[in-house]
Amino acid sequence: MNRHRILIVEDSPTMRQLLVFALKRLKDVDIVEAQDGMDGLRKVTSDHFDLALVDINMPVMDGLKLISLIRGEESLKSMPIVVITTEGAKEDRERALALGADEYLCKPIQANKVLQVAKGLLKVG
Amino acid sequence: MIEKREGLFSRAEEVLGLFRKGAEFTQELLRENERLRRELARVETQQLAASDEQQWEKLRRELLARIASLEGERSDMLERLRSVEDENRHFTERYIEIEEENNNLASLYVASFQLHSTLHLQEVLQIIVEIVINLIGAEVFAIYVLDEKTNALSAVASEGAVLSDFPVCHLGQGLIGGALASGETACSDSGDAEDEIGEPIVAIPLRVQERPIGAIAIHRLLQQKAGFTPLDHELFTLLAGHAATAIFAARLYSQSERKLNTIQGFIDLLTK
Repeated sequence: MNRHRILIVEDSPTMRQLLVFALKRLKDVDIVEAQDGMDGLRKVTSDHFDLALVDINMPVMDGLKLISLIRGEESLKSMPIVVITTEGAKEDRERALALGADEYLCKPIQANKVLQVAKGLLKVG
Repeated sequence: MIEKREGLFSRAEEVLGLFRKGAEFTQELLRENERLRRELARVETQQLAASDEQQWEKLRRELLARIASLEGERSDMLERLRSVEDENRHFTERYIEIEEENNNLASLYVASFQLHSTLHLQEVLQIIVEIVINLIGAEVFAIYVLDEKTNALSAVASEGAVLSDFPVCHLGQGLIGGALASGETACSDSGDAEDEIGEPIVAIPLRVQERPIGAIAIHRLLQQKAGFTPLDHELFTLLAGHAATAIFAARLYSQSERKLNTIQGFIDLLTK
């Protein structure tokens, strides 16, 4: 059985650790961490991922820019992207979804919600 | 001759009378026989009916007993089903509670782990900021540190507004100073107006044992955060102890680093 590969792009080590904790409860997953948008872009274009969790406010390259670059890449068009952000405004959500994000979760996050969304996008039970 | 004929007629009449009586008797016997046969048939029918009725009654009693027994079994089964359903519901509730507890513990563990992952004051402050944003969901807040000589509390890190927007306060005064003096997290119903920094909605004292170190003052929550949850209160408690220890340790470390550098400078000067 294939293992699922998940990329977490988040500048906060606290959030990254929390997301890793939540996602490790999925079976057969490999989790890779990136600390900003640029690092995330480098990793997502050099390796295969089944899911990416992306923060919006990050140094070097923000999450929205990263999403638009990912969606511009033919081979990455179908990779599910979950936005995890402090920006709870409706227009922020709409902008991220219009750029190609599949889900939009606001902080503070609930681990079970992240897990549920990841399961849905990875199509695992 | 005539007498003789009359005697013969008389005898014939007698014989005929006898025959008539015999015929009547026979008729009567036949009627009686018919009546008795009917009576016999009636009695036989009654007997048969009586026998069927007894069997039916017996069968009915058996069926009723069986129905009663099945009713009892059904009732037992329903009772067991209800009990299993209750147990199942209880397990589901417990599972959800344990899941939630597990998630909360993960958040507390991550917060604690991150707070003690460095000895550099700026990194410690940054980690506290991250915890307050990401785990509590605050939008505007500041971390205050106490100056032990003047008892003044000044903001050393903030989010949502610049440091200078957060007023200096004093130990024992106002919500922040009062919380630090008492060691109890203080909450206020009156939050900030949109654009000004006034009284915080929560002031979390940072103390190492009884020694006051500083405070975290939360002025506004993220718009999607409706209010504080039980986990937030757990995080307040964790921050009150662990953030204070982390700040205290980082300050001691930086002081010792400075002293070490000074001593090393003297040693270098003397040994040259």
